[in-house]
Amino acid sequence: MNRSGRRRLLSNLVVFLCAAAVVVALVPLAFIFFYVIKQGFASLNWAFFTQMPKPVGESGGGMANAIVGTLMLIGIASLLAIPVGMLCGIHLAEYGAGKFAFFVRFTADVLNGVPSIVIGIFAYGLAVLPFKRFSALAGGMALGFMMIPIIARTTEELLKLVPSSLREGALALGASRAKASFSVIVPAALPGIMTGILVALARIAGETAPLLFTSFNNRFFTTRVDQPIASLTVQVYTYAISPYDDWHRQAWAGALVLVGVVFIFSVLARIVTKRLERMHRI
Amino acid sequence: MAIRKTPSPRRSADDRGFRLGTGFFALLVVLLVAGIGFELFRTSELTIAKFGFNFWRTKTWDPVSGEFGALPFIWGTLYSSVLAMLISTPIAIGIAIFLSELSPGRLRTPLTFLTELLAAIPSIVYGLWGIFVLVPVVRHLEVLTPPWLKKVPLFSGPPLGVGMLSAALILAIMVIPFSSSVAREVLRAVPATQREAAYALGATRWEAIRAALSYGRTGIMGAVMLGFGRALGETMAVTMVIGNNPQVSASLFAPQHTMSAVIANEFTEAADDLYLSALIEIGLVLFVLTVVINGISRFLIWRTGRVVVAEEHVPEPLAASGASA
Repeated sequence: MNRSGRRRLLSNLVVFLCAAAVVVALVPLAFIFFYVIKQGFASLNWAFFTQMPKPVGESGGGMANAIVGTLMLIGIASLLAIPVGMLCGIHLAEYGAGKFAFFVRFTADVLNGVPSIVIGIFAYGLAVLPFKRFSALAGGMALGFMMIPIIARTTEELLKLVPSSLREGALALGASRAKASFSVIVPAALPGIMTGILVALARIAGETAPLLFTSFNNRFFTTRVDQPIASLTVQVYTYAISPYDDWHRQAWAGALVLVGVVFIFSVLARIVTKRLERMHRI
Repeated sequence: MAIRKTPSPRRSADDRGFRLGTGFFALLVVLLVAGIGFELFRTSELTIAKFGFNFWRTKTWDPVSGEFGALPFIWGTLYSSVLAMLISTPIAIGIAIFLSELSPGRLRTPLTFLTELLAAIPSIVYGLWGIFVLVPVVRHLEVLTPPWLKKVPLFSGPPLGVGMLSAALILAIMVIPFSSSVAREVLRAVPATQREAAYALGATRWEAIRAALSYGRTGIMGAVMLGFGRALGETMAVTMVIGNNPQVSASLFAPQHTMSAVIANEFTEAADDLYLSALIEIGLVLFVLTVVINGISRFLIWRTGRVVVAEEHVPEPLAASGASA
């Protein structure tokens, strides 16, 4: 074969390999979805949402306490992370050019890559060790720390999408920067900021590692923030590594609920972002 | 009417307050990272003082007799992560090339969404799938290993299913989307003129792609490192399939342990201060490791972005023709 034929062959081979890489990545995705849906739907029923866990040997029961627990943990995390993350994002969007902003942005990205288990240890030192007690508060804090960089960076990106003419208009009318930001720019980007919050929620709703030794687990129903509390993820973990078939079924049902929640959050976030980008491009 | 050159005093006070007020919250993010480092260091002082560097050189992990050697954990973490990167890097770069250079327009958005969906699946779900689906498959493969191959240290040991191979495979799947999405962004930011110049010289498709790859190589290296950082810290899925046995073994079939897995497993059992301090020191090193890896990765990605932006904005006519191509 001549030289140019060889080059073309190599080129086609690489194109083929790249397409194959996509398929290779989609195969495990399909398998995971297939098993979670198949096994999950086989075990998911109304009782899963309304009943408490049953002891070993009794079939049935549900994860009502864990579902409420997860909602509470997410709530605490949001209370902590949304104000901090949003205001940090506003600062980065407004004063993004300086050295300080650069450093903050860099730190936020690095924080985003810190393993969740390490953040769990930090929350343990902050909120478990001093009180000698696992608590929902400690778990919520750990999740909140993880949300902050995600919210900050998405808020910043989406505020920057708002056309500068809006800001200039407000400033020209005599508004201060604070006024321009809070009453013109932030409202214009609000759907986008909501998206950032959704993305962050999707990420932390499925977190297990930082909860193992902060919110711990609880067999009983509780809504107290100073007590250990059950969560879907820790419950799925406990059931998954147990030797009982009944518990394995419950774990699959829990996994289906988790994947469903995360999937809905991700799709919603995607739709809103797309719409926002289109809106501001025109 | 007189035109005031500077804003009114009230307005500039407002501005300063706004800047400092929001700046305080930005500072909180920095303080948070510094706080994590400080807190981990403070609470692991006991073992740092007692064992020093030997902590990382010895292999015996016996909490009952107060002997703590963390070598098996750092070995397991590095070994599993490196294996995962060996598997995932070619796949991730292939995906990035396909999605940014080759994909038909109509497939691009759904394929991007699907590959990035891998990142959205919670770790615990990967772990559950790993225990009940992947591990049995791996065990089956290990049983089928021919005897002559079992003599090689890499494939020695009983076929358990749980072990290094399962952990590396599941990690590889999990980090693909992190590397591929950043690599795709980097490739998309490479100016079209790079490829056009290659084509103009008679390059084939692959040769043009290679030109784009070499232009964005720093950023792609950053993308791979980002995936590596993820792999180092991944906890739940790994601990569920790796076997949690602290030993230093080269065998893919051997059950081993990782830094994050030992923290997840033993933290609530750590009854005495020394044990707790040992686990926190492992966390501290994991923290430092991931901060450094992520820092380098972000720096590399940022640098490529800056070079690309700078070159895109200088020659106006070229940039315009590139955009219309």
